[in-house]
Amino acid sequence: MLEMANVSKKFGGLTALENVHLRLEKNRTYGLIGPNGAGKTTLFNLVTGLLPVSEGSIRFLGQELTSLRSHQISRLGIARTFQNIRLFPTMTVLENVLVAQNIRTHSGITSLWLLRDGERKFREEAEFLLKQMGLWHKRKEKSTSLAYGEQRRLEIARALALKPNLLLLDEPAAGMNEAETEELLDRIQEIRNMGTTVFLIEHDMNVVMGICDTISVLNFGKLIAQGTPDDIQANEGVIEAYLGKEEG
Amino acid sequence: MSVYIEGVLALMGINILLALSVYAILTTDQLSLGNTGFMAIGAYVSAYLTVKSGFPLVPALIIGALTASVIGLLIGIPALRLKGIYLVMATLGFGEMVRTFFMNFEPTGGASGFRGPMGSSLILIYAFVLVFVVFFWLLSRSRLGRSLDAVRDDPEVASTMGLNVTHLKVWAFWLGAFIAGVAGGLYAHHMFYIESSNFNFLLATMIVLYVILGGMETFWGAVAGAVIFSILPEALRFMKDWRLSFYGAVLVTMMIVRPSGIITREMVRNFEEWLGRIFRTEETKDA
Repeated sequence: MLEMANVSKKFGGLTALENVHLRLEKNRTYGLIGPNGAGKTTLFNLVTGLLPVSEGSIRFLGQELTSLRSHQISRLGIARTFQNIRLFPTMTVLENVLVAQNIRTHSGITSLWLLRDGERKFREEAEFLLKQMGLWHKRKEKSTSLAYGEQRRLEIARALALKPNLLLLDEPAAGMNEAETEELLDRIQEIRNMGTTVFLIEHDMNVVMGICDTISVLNFGKLIAQGTPDDIQANEGVIEAYLGKEEG
Repeated sequence: MSVYIEGVLALMGINILLALSVYAILTTDQLSLGNTGFMAIGAYVSAYLTVKSGFPLVPALIIGALTASVIGLLIGIPALRLKGIYLVMATLGFGEMVRTFFMNFEPTGGASGFRGPMGSSLILIYAFVLVFVVFFWLLSRSRLGRSLDAVRDDPEVASTMGLNVTHLKVWAFWLGAFIAGVAGGLYAHHMFYIESSNFNFLLATMIVLYVILGGMETFWGAVAGAVIFSILPEALRFMKDWRLSFYGAVLVTMMIVRPSGIITREMVRNFEEWLGRIFRTEETKDA
């Protein structure tokens, strides 16, 4: 469903991504790993249109994304979370989810005086998402008053409220303890089972190895390996990128 | 009611509208110091229509406001490229530009001003205040209101939620210009006489201050700020020459003591819950 061909990104003289080829199929879970600064978040920013692509093409469900703006891309069905959590700070937990539904319903000027029949459906859906992420009882709290792990889950709930075909998770388990991470893995499985393709960046190898069908490895902006968790664990290039080359 | 009190109340109502016009633009995190420009356009256009063309007042006010809002669109689109202090400077320049335009524009009297508009009653002024207060109240509870909040909180994230940040920002500018245009029309027809210096930079600063001191999180802040800081200079008249110094001291103290403004969103939320508890005791379990 997502196809990146020959994608490069340059910041001035620095090449953050070079000739990246990537193909994601429907209903699978993909992982993107690599050392810090390898260009993983940059890749997400290119897909979601937050940064312009320097070269190459990104196609989603047959549509070229590189000329679209980020709100148009998200309307095609790509949602994401952020490495440094970016909830809407002045809104409550529930409002953070409701606002993400706006493009799927009437949210223009008529939303001031018309209460659509559909509104109940959307409320119920928001309730379902928040319950799924275990946050329903906190719906009235300010989003920024939540604990770290809860904020990460709320970001996922908010992204899911867009009903995406493709969900990009940028380090969803960062800062979570083991129990929370286990929970998260279950949630991600559920999301995948409901028909959403998941593409995640993660440093926690338990998460990546435990959940991803295919893993891609970035190092210094280049894709150095791609394969099943077993392939990746055995790949010498990957081990070298992470641990350095043995000398002598 | 004495003429004096009526005059204070009328200007207070106009100040509420002006504060709301600044608030409208602020909902998308854009600060405009040029709303007196929109006000002047609304004032001159509507005054010309009623005095020279014999229009009834309310249609003239609407046409004046629409003219201001179209100019607002023209300003709002290029202004999107500017952020923070640069936008402030650009809008300030716009306000001054409009003011000097009317100073030199002979068909509306040029430097000698424009005489003759009349008919703004307290009822008319507060009818408009009511309309816009209800409008902002509905907006604050609507999906559109949430979209604006999202743009203000984090425009980049808002765009990944599918929200067209450009449209929302331009719409906010359009709305702010429209409200300022209405306020200008009402002002002209309250004063009977307008000149370009009425729409000066000091007024532009004052109406921004109303919003900052009243609270930027909710439109109630703009309303409260305009009310309090319209009455305060009058209430301080007994201080004679020291009045404005004291007024300035109040402003500085307010900023230090309560930087988030008089009214915060949390206050409104608590107040609504309290009202809810009073008026419906049965269904409070799940609100």
